[in-house]
Amino acid sequence: MSRYIIALAQMNPALGDLERNLALHEKTAEEAIGRGAGLLICPELSLTGYFLKDIVSSVALPLTSPILSRLRDLSRRIDLVVGLVEESPEHLFYNAALYLSRGEIRHVHRKVYLPTYGIFDEQRYLAEGSRIRTFQADIGRSAMLICEDMWHPSAACIASLDGMEIIISPSASPGRGGLEEGRTFANARAWETINRAYAQLFTCYVLYANRVGYEDGACFWGGSEVIAPSGEPMAKAEYLSEQILIAEIDSAEVRRARIANPLLRDERLDVTLRELERVKREVAR
Amino acid sequence: MSAPSLHCEFVQKILTGFIVNEVRKAGFSRIVVGLSGGVDSALSAYLGAKALGAENVWALMMPYKTSSPESREHAELVVKQLRIQSDVIDITPMVDAYYERFPESDHVRRGNKMARERMTILFDHSAKLKALVLGTSNKTELLLGYGTLYGDMASAINPLGDLYKTQVRQLACYMGIPEAIVRKAPSGDLWVGQTDEAELGFSYEEVDRVLNLMVDRRYEIPEIVAAGFDERFVRAVLAKVQASQYKRRPPLIAKISARTIDRDFRYPRDWGK
Repeated sequence: MSRYIIALAQMNPALGDLERNLALHEKTAEEAIGRGAGLLICPELSLTGYFLKDIVSSVALPLTSPILSRLRDLSRRIDLVVGLVEESPEHLFYNAALYLSRGEIRHVHRKVYLPTYGIFDEQRYLAEGSRIRTFQADIGRSAMLICEDMWHPSAACIASLDGMEIIISPSASPGRGGLEEGRTFANARAWETINRAYAQLFTCYVLYANRVGYEDGACFWGGSEVIAPSGEPMAKAEYLSEQILIAEIDSAEVRRARIANPLLRDERLDVTLRELERVKREVAR
Repeated sequence: MSAPSLHCEFVQKILTGFIVNEVRKAGFSRIVVGLSGGVDSALSAYLGAKALGAENVWALMMPYKTSSPESREHAELVVKQLRIQSDVIDITPMVDAYYERFPESDHVRRGNKMARERMTILFDHSAKLKALVLGTSNKTELLLGYGTLYGDMASAINPLGDLYKTQVRQLACYMGIPEAIVRKAPSGDLWVGQTDEAELGFSYEEVDRVLNLMVDRRYEIPEIVAAGFDERFVRAVLAKVQASQYKRRPPLIAKISARTIDRDFRYPRDWGK
């Protein structure tokens, strides 16, 4: 099936309250199912809230947790992307996104780039992921890149060469600055530039699910969006308000974009690797 | 280099959302705000009324015997325009009763005492009305330390703390606060004839431009000077920011245990909200 209805959940999770957030996920999934969606994408750390600080260990879940079996059950009716703090068997805590489908966890992405500057403090509380992998979802070959992962083009580049047709980007982006110049935050405008550029450069869909709400005075700005492989925005949620954004994506659009702009065909993995190896040697020197 | 401006429609939306969200998370539905007659507290009241509805906003006017009658008129104007509930509580008896024992005290001590007297009244009304105290300190005065610790700086939530004074004026105009309030010379009204700008020694317009470069845009001192500001002025501003750092932090705790509040016991204020 080349056409597929997806839903982006621009939700407002409660900080550190798993039960309340689980109920929010279930309610949102019901609405998405009612509107014909086959996939619901929730924002970064959707089960826990974002600025957790020392709450991290109290809300962390191993992948075998009964709380996740409720979501696995739900994924028999709709595919789900959810964000959580994953506790590994070694008791390391990861900012992770799960892709759940047909009662199973199909893919886990552990956020690779943990922002620790300005308003952010993730490396104090969380462990870094070390894998960027695509996986097969019903909508197509997908990669999950969580928030800051999107600010490192190397991550999207690796995923692209690994077969990515769709970027799923769960985000919890607090708005900052730039209200002197424009109708939204400076970093929101930057995000919109990145989403369009990635869609165009990697001839892929970008499904960007950002949250809303406030934590300790910081405002998550929403503005979730779906960008087509042509780089054109297809659907855009409001800023600042809760919303379920529905869009129809079509794998034929990826094909058409790649015929029009065969950028992936012309990628030079050998050149990239050789030059990166050289840079690595020279930087180390 | 112009003073920092604002996209008012969007900022108003963020700030009203902030008030609704943080008031509800704290388990309240009402706010109480002290109205001085100045633009800051007027703007807080306007934002509060826009966010929660006029019926959920209480304004307290707390004049001292030397307070300017114009301040009172302007505060009344806000109450009338917003149709919010209000009360007038004269703080003269409480403040004067205390200073009968300390007649030699100067106007700074008296001014601080008045600000703290008002704070105790606001927080008493917070309990009485089941209403959160809405803050009125802007970013300029917080950075300069131009406020009374545990006095006018005290609140439960503060929608104005990341807006410079010049931005407060801009948003106040956008929200329709009467010109007379927005345009008059800012004053703590703590003694007769006091104005902020005379006391500080520079205008808000000037200092906001320096603070914007220093704080928001991370300019180093020589870079600010190169941008066209007098070095002595820039250094004086930095000195004020440094000297008042303690006012922007909770009191220091002597560390004894393995886990000390705020140092290595770190939880968000919105924990579980």
